[in-house]
Amino acid sequence: MNIHEYQAKEIFAKFGISVPTGKVFDQKSLSLDQIKSIANGPLVVKAQVHAGGRGKAGGIKLVSTPEQAFEAAKSLLGKMLITYQTAGTAKPIDYVLIEATSKIKKEIYLAITIDREQALPCVICSEAGGVDIETVARETPEKIIKFHFDPDARLDSALFKPVAQKLAASSKELARAESTLSDLISKLAQIFIQLDASLVEVNPLGLMEDGSIQPVDAKINFDDNGLFKHAEILALHDARQEDPRETEAKKFDLSYVGLNGNIGCMVNGAGLAMATMDIIKLSGGEPANFLDVGGGATKEKVTAAFKIILKDPQVKAILVNIFGGIMRCDIIAEGILAALSELDLKVPLVVRLEGTNVKEGKALLARSKLKVISADSFEDAAQKVVKVIH
Amino acid sequence: MAVLVDQQTKLIVQGITGSHGSFHAKQMIEYGTQVVGGVTPGKGGQIFEGKVPIFNSMKEAVQKTGANTSVIYVPAKFAKDAILEAADGGIKLIICITEGIPILDMIRVKKILSSRPVRLIGPNCPGIITPGASKVGIMPGYIHKPGRVGVVSRSGTLTYEAVWQMTSRGIGQSTVIGIGGDPIAGTNFIDCLELFEKDSGTDAIILIGEIGGNAEEKAAEFIKKQVSKPVVAFIAGMTAPSGKRMGHAGAIISGGSGTADEKIKALKQAGVVVCDSPAYIGKTLVEVLKRRTSGTASFH
Repeated sequence: MNIHEYQAKEIFAKFGISVPTGKVFDQKSLSLDQIKSIANGPLVVKAQVHAGGRGKAGGIKLVSTPEQAFEAAKSLLGKMLITYQTAGTAKPIDYVLIEATSKIKKEIYLAITIDREQALPCVICSEAGGVDIETVARETPEKIIKFHFDPDARLDSALFKPVAQKLAASSKELARAESTLSDLISKLAQIFIQLDASLVEVNPLGLMEDGSIQPVDAKINFDDNGLFKHAEILALHDARQEDPRETEAKKFDLSYVGLNGNIGCMVNGAGLAMATMDIIKLSGGEPANFLDVGGGATKEKVTAAFKIILKDPQVKAILVNIFGGIMRCDIIAEGILAALSELDLKVPLVVRLEGTNVKEGKALLARSKLKVISADSFEDAAQKVVKVIH
Repeated sequence: MAVLVDQQTKLIVQGITGSHGSFHAKQMIEYGTQVVGGVTPGKGGQIFEGKVPIFNSMKEAVQKTGANTSVIYVPAKFAKDAILEAADGGIKLIICITEGIPILDMIRVKKILSSRPVRLIGPNCPGIITPGASKVGIMPGYIHKPGRVGVVSRSGTLTYEAVWQMTSRGIGQSTVIGIGGDPIAGTNFIDCLELFEKDSGTDAIILIGEIGGNAEEKAAEFIKKQVSKPVVAFIAGMTAPSGKRMGHAGAIISGGSGTADEKIKALKQAGVVVCDSPAYIGKTLVEVLKRRTSGTASFH
């Protein structure tokens, strides 16, 4: 789960990290007086959307007076923002964060994530921070410092002294920042471990003209599997930043990603679902979605999944590809029949069932009066669904 | 011959009274797996399906049955403790089917298991099957056929698809291992490739990967150096849209972005035959095996 920058900074502050002075506004609460109370000098107005690349997309505005900040905020609020990280869809700007700003002398990169290979959390940092950090990592990997740590260790600044030392030594301007950095890293690590985050990222971490070090931006992503431990984090969820179909799918614990094609897919298992998208494309079609009904789906879940697909006006045909293991084919068939008893099926439906209880599943569909196009293999299913569209 | 599970496998089902656990315990028994016991705290003393004793703890279950393997169906919240309890009880091979385990739980599990003589498969995996001998997991048994091709996969249902394509063409499997799709897995591709390379009952290997992480790239490096048997691979997610990601740390840490193209390139460079379509896994394997017997191609 993702949260907004302002929410991440609130969490930073709770853990004792100093963040820039600022306030968050929506259309109703936006007020010039309130902006004036932040600072009378230079301000930055930042659109709050769940995506990186906001600056390049015009979602971040630097201004010199509260009046200009007010105008900038007004122009952003209520608009939609598309950045290179939103995969072509637009995100609504419901909130802006307005902060006092000063000149940044140097941009540092600092993040904590899981290193899958080492199976340990890892601090990643570089004195060469900013928007091109991935290029830095690719072209000058020696500028990236990594430090793995035990999640059950005492996450105090002493633990992170070695990495802070290395970072401080990597640039003259940071020479005196070692203790500030080790303190900051230890607090970010506490956030990461205590809240079951999957990513805590500060990019840039600003070395300011006055010598202070401030998180200019802040990102926290959470491990969805750990959310059951953190009701306070779940409360930060902003459904408006998601595709409404994805939000609906989540209610039923389904994994859904909306795409731009016209073949609706319902598949069990992420690997098979991806392979189904691949084969639809290879057969000349375009998938409308990725939808994994998961391992232990109930009839209700399958019904919900089918309804989500049917509600998508883009969908011109549906492909159900199920290879039952933990999921039984008869449950899939019951779910499809239940969904269709409530909704009209106006588009062709191709069903391919194989695996656990396949005979029972096929029999259920055959006994119904539905016009189901039955497919015998993976390839046959893809070809049939592409054919009914063309 | 086979790897990891065979007729000697004596299995305990952890979570045997839950809906998934009981359904799949029945299926495993029907397949012929030696299910020697089940564990559900508080239900010790009961008998499952008229023949399988249920115990309150793993320790008791292992002591009374001599089990060497366990399979876990408990909910995600309890999975970490279930894995550790199996290890403490003396189980040597733990197969965790449960999906949705918090990543930090898995990091802690891995850390604890690393100093013990125990192998964990999964979590979030379909399990392991040696066709005709032992089925430990959730895969449908009938799609498999005893044979001489090893299968290792990060996916569940896509593995069934690949196996079905093989069986329909008359090619059997030595052992099929689902290592699971979670970022932190107990056993990786390399561990399994090593087992298959050493196994005299395996002539060729199918590897099924997917986008994300760099496990396939690491596997490719290993194949290049250490695997003499032919390997056929498929990578799911070639057409998955990029984007929808936040932050840079994932890409920085893996030194790449884990795209299908990068993985396919690495595997091809290691001499692996990579299928373009998921429908051609069986067909490609047939061609590779034919070429091998006629001696017209070299693989590495």
